[in-house]
Amino acid sequence: MEQITEPTEHRPVGDKEVQSKGALDWLATNVFRILISLFVPIVTFIGLYLGFIFLRDSNAPKGVVAIVAIVWGVGGVAALYLVSNWLVEKLNDEWRAKIQPFVFVGPAVAILFVYLLYPTVATFRLSLFDRNGEVFVGLQNYVEVFTNRSMFTAFRNNILLWIPFGALFTIVLGLLIAVLADRSKFERTAKALIFMPMAISMVGAAVIWNMIYDVNPNIGMLNWIYTSLTGNSPQAWTASNQPWNNLFLVVVMIWLQTGFAMVLFSAAIKGIPSDITEAARVDGATEVQVFFRIMIPYIRGTIITVTTTVIIFTLKIFDVVQVMTGGQFDTQVIATQFYREYFTARNSGYATAIAFVLLLFVVPVMIYNLKQFGETEAF
Amino acid sequence: MTAQTASKKKRRIGWGAIFVNVVLVLVVLAWSIPTIGLLVSSFRSRFDIQTSGWWTIFPHQEWVTVAEFTPGPEVDRDGVMTFEGVSGTFQELRDGIQSGNTQVIWIGNKRIGRVVVQEKQWTAGNHDFTLENYQTVLGGKSFEIKQPDGSTITVQGDNFVNAFLNSLIVSIPATVIPILIAAFAAYGFAWMRFPGRRLLFIIVVALLVVPLQIALVPILKLYVGIDLNGTFLGIWLAHTGFGLPLATYLLFNYISTLPREILESAFIDGASHFTIFMRLVLPLSVPALASFAIFQFLWVWNDYLLALIFIGSKPDVQVLTQRIAEMVGSRGNDWQVLTAGAFISMLVPLIVFFSLQRYFVRGLMAGSVKG
Repeated sequence: MEQITEPTEHRPVGDKEVQSKGALDWLATNVFRILISLFVPIVTFIGLYLGFIFLRDSNAPKGVVAIVAIVWGVGGVAALYLVSNWLVEKLNDEWRAKIQPFVFVGPAVAILFVYLLYPTVATFRLSLFDRNGEVFVGLQNYVEVFTNRSMFTAFRNNILLWIPFGALFTIVLGLLIAVLADRSKFERTAKALIFMPMAISMVGAAVIWNMIYDVNPNIGMLNWIYTSLTGNSPQAWTASNQPWNNLFLVVVMIWLQTGFAMVLFSAAIKGIPSDITEAARVDGATEVQVFFRIMIPYIRGTIITVTTTVIIFTLKIFDVVQVMTGGQFDTQVIATQFYREYFTARNSGYATAIAFVLLLFVVPVMIYNLKQFGETEAF
Repeated sequence: MTAQTASKKKRRIGWGAIFVNVVLVLVVLAWSIPTIGLLVSSFRSRFDIQTSGWWTIFPHQEWVTVAEFTPGPEVDRDGVMTFEGVSGTFQELRDGIQSGNTQVIWIGNKRIGRVVVQEKQWTAGNHDFTLENYQTVLGGKSFEIKQPDGSTITVQGDNFVNAFLNSLIVSIPATVIPILIAAFAAYGFAWMRFPGRRLLFIIVVALLVVPLQIALVPILKLYVGIDLNGTFLGIWLAHTGFGLPLATYLLFNYISTLPREILESAFIDGASHFTIFMRLVLPLSVPALASFAIFQFLWVWNDYLLALIFIGSKPDVQVLTQRIAEMVGSRGNDWQVLTAGAFISMLVPLIVFFSLQRYFVRGLMAGSVKG
């Protein structure tokens, strides 16, 4: 992509005319300009600050606060852009061309630095210090992360139970449903209903599934089925039979994510040219052969993308576990351990080490993304 | 011969279609049942929920008591007894004896117990549906609720109206702000030239999959330092920060492919970057903006982790997901209010989902990599 060259004949106010009118006029105009340039941003900032104080301290009815907050938040950001752009447009061409890109890109870059880049460095630094962030302990926290028993359980759950079972079932079910729906007359309805859980919060999903797993067979559907089929007494599914109780939590994630996998696979399957599959069928291939020999290889790229996405999602799973078991009964995962260590055990060094380990897990994906980006012609 | 193969093929396809549809219906049912259960339960009274499963509102066969009496003293309780044509010893009767469509059970002890005769009948149960749960959950005041035995108990409302409004206050700016900032940045990256452009965009790409846990502790420390913890501004900016890499990346992909000729002719007409951005680029990017907006809105509305950390326990500011998680902890067995609360929190996402399905799917597909 090439750069658009700005036409040079475009000038807001001709500086030459101003200069020719004598020093006094020139001074008056520019002082006036400078004053305005200072006045407008200052008024904007005061306005925004007053809004902030109002929102923090006011006892106004909630409805009023809601409207003020939304107008203030959205309008404030828009006002900041308007004012800074207004200032930049007052400059001469040369300076404007230099500064304007930073008016556009600057806020985003600044926020990324404050919210992601600086914290990553700060987290790494904290992870080398003790629980209060005062004494330097080197890699001691990392040694602890990989030897602590409770952390070991978290890694086991996350890497040996959540990722294999969660990803496998999500992908397989998503693929099967996509293939089935593709041949059904009520494809749209079926897909909408299976995709719907994606709209629900994980906290809401946790309530739904807590109810299904409830010990009282009048509340818990699973126990109702289990007791009426086997005659055994009801089970506490998410608490007993460790470590398999974890799988009952994994089911919640499968329920949430299968719709996502299905939609992507469905789009990919529709992209397979029908003459290829038809030719195979004419040559006597069975449906199973068509599925394994043609469809799967054809949508390989999509399968890899979906698998990566589901694995990253699973690695960071937090809400489901936190709300359903609170990480008790050996159901803790990496993200709940991080939360527990920082907010309950108040061990900042150890908690930040856990967070940094989580980052290390996604580094391969990050490198892959950067490689892909390097190959594009966009820049 | 040909007719035969044709009919054979047709029959195979027929069976295949039936198989496909039956399996699909079963899967769809399995996927919908959890949500249906939640919805049904939220309209049932506390008593009903504790004593019968929500699925009993559907017609099913159940033992229904048709007669109940106390056997007189003349009945020999140690021998074989016969009631309603069913005979058995006391022990057998205690466990219940079934014969055809009838069942006889001895309830209570040997001397003064009762005999219950039940028949298997089709029933949809006897249920009261009520809006009381929603009243309790939404309101902030205390309520008097009638118990099935006639007595009343007072319950404290859960003030979900407040939490609902907070969710809106958090979600709307936390959706619009990152989009606005990202759109400006995407335009800058796509159509302006400045030093460090490539490096800065590489940083955006690298940050796409960074798990947000990495940033929580330093930002929390920063917030505590400048008193931003527990404020709307604090949580908006946090959501903006974590949503920005993805928003910038997606909008860049869209804005950089806008036709050059349109933008160039605007420049020749003397329009500034700002005018072109506001008048041309934003209106042309509406599909991309809408997709990301829906993704970000749902992400923020459904978020629990960031709210937990940056809003914490401030009841004035708490959002729906926090209130529900708290209720799971404090009133985990009050399913009538838990289900109503959970359904209220799902209402907005479900409306967005069913009304904007196409954009929704596109947004989620694009946004699935978010850290």
